[in-house]
Amino acid sequence: MEDLVNIFVKSVFIDNMIFAYFLGMCSYLAVSKTVKTAVGLGAAVIFVLGITVPINYLLENYVLKAGALAWLSDDLADVDLSFLSFIMFIAVIASMVQLVEMIVEKISPALYGALGIFLPLIAVNCSILGGALFMQERQYSTIAEATAFGLGSGVGWLLAIVAIAAIREKIRYSNVPAPLRGLGITFIITGLMGIAFMSFMGIQL
Amino acid sequence: MAEKKEALFSKKNRKLMTDPLDGANPISIQVLGICSALAITVQIEQAFVMSLSVLAVMIFGNIIVSAMRNLIPSRIRIIVQLVVVAALVILVNELLKAFLPDVSEKLSVFVGLIITNCIIMGRLEAFALGNKIWPSFLDAIGNAIGYAWILVAVAFFREVLGSGKIFGLQIIPESFYEAGYMNNNMMILPPMALITVALIIWAQRSRNKDLIEEN
Repeated sequence: MEDLVNIFVKSVFIDNMIFAYFLGMCSYLAVSKTVKTAVGLGAAVIFVLGITVPINYLLENYVLKAGALAWLSDDLADVDLSFLSFIMFIAVIASMVQLVEMIVEKISPALYGALGIFLPLIAVNCSILGGALFMQERQYSTIAEATAFGLGSGVGWLLAIVAIAAIREKIRYSNVPAPLRGLGITFIITGLMGIAFMSFMGIQL
Repeated sequence: MAEKKEALFSKKNRKLMTDPLDGANPISIQVLGICSALAITVQIEQAFVMSLSVLAVMIFGNIIVSAMRNLIPSRIRIIVQLVVVAALVILVNELLKAFLPDVSEKLSVFVGLIITNCIIMGRLEAFALGNKIWPSFLDAIGNAIGYAWILVAVAFFREVLGSGKIFGLQIIPESFYEAGYMNNNMMILPPMALITVALIIWAQRSRNKDLIEEN
C-alpha cells in the first residue's frame, strides 16, 4: 500500500506530466484561459489516464512484451511484439476515449455536458500516450502500481492546468509587455512554476 | 498541358514553404507540438535527430494522407491518420534503434510521442486532407523546418550555456573556467526550456508587431 501512495505522490509532484516532461502542453496552453474549462479538461484527463494506463499495462504484459504470449501456448514463448506497442497503445486510447464518451453520455448527461467537448481532444493529448509509454519504460510490477501511476499523472496534470488558468485569469489585468502577451507570458509563468515544482524533488514516502 | 499546370515552385507554392518559418511558425505562433520541442532540447544532437524524425514522418504522412484524401471517409479520418502516423513512427523508431542506439536511448518515449505531436495531426487535418500531393509535400517541409529551427535554436542556447558544448564538443575554453566562469546548471533543467522559448517568442513578436495577441 505504501508503495502505491509513493508512486501516486511521486507522479503528482515530482514526475509531473507538465512541469517535468512537458506532456500535454498543447491542450494545456490552449484550454487554460478560464478555470472552469481547465477543471473540465483536467477531470477528463484523470478519467482517461486512469482507464487507459491499466488497460495498456495488461496489453503490454500479456500480448506485446517479449515472451508475454507464453500463456497462450509454449510455441509463442519467444515471440516479441514490442515493436507494435505504439500502434496498439494509440488504438486502445482512441477507442477507449470513444467508449468513455458514449458511456458518460448514457449514464450522466450532466457530466457529458461538462466534459463532452474535451473528450475527443484527449485522444491526441500527448500526456495520455506519454502515460502509456512511461508505464512501459518504467516496468511497474503490478496493475495496481500502473493504475496509481496513471491516476497520479492525471491529478498532476489537473493541478498544473488549474493553477495556470487561475494565474492567467488574473494576469489579464496586468500590464504585460506587448510582445509577451498571451503565449509568451504563459511560457514564462509555466517555467517559474516548474522551478517551484522542482523543490519537491527527492521527496519519498 | 505544361501551360495549364502550375509551376512547381510558383509563388503560392514557395509561400507554403516559407510561411511556417516565421509568420506561421508551428511552435511559436500556432502553438503546436510544444511537448517534444521542450523536452529534448538539452543537447543539439538530440534536437537534430528529433527534427529529422519529425521531418521524415511529416513528409511521408502528408504525402500518404494527401494521396488517399478522396478515399478516406470523413467519419473515421482521425483513426486513419493515427494509423498512418503510427506506422511511420514505428519505422523511424526501429531505424533509430538500429543506427543511433544511444540517441534513441536518450530520446526515450519522445520518439513514440511523435504520433500525438500536434503539428503532424494538425497539418494532416488542415492541409493534406484538402490538397494535392505536391503542395502537401511542400507544406510538410516548411512546417517541419519551422519546427526544427526553433528546436535547434533552443538546444543551442541550452547546450552552450548549460554545459559549454556544441554537438558534444567543448567550445568554451578551459582558461575561462580557470578564470572563474561556471556553467549555468539551471539551463539543463526542464523549466529553462520554457523560458528560452518565451524569449524567442518575445524577440519574434517585437520584430513583427502583427503577431502580438491579446492578453
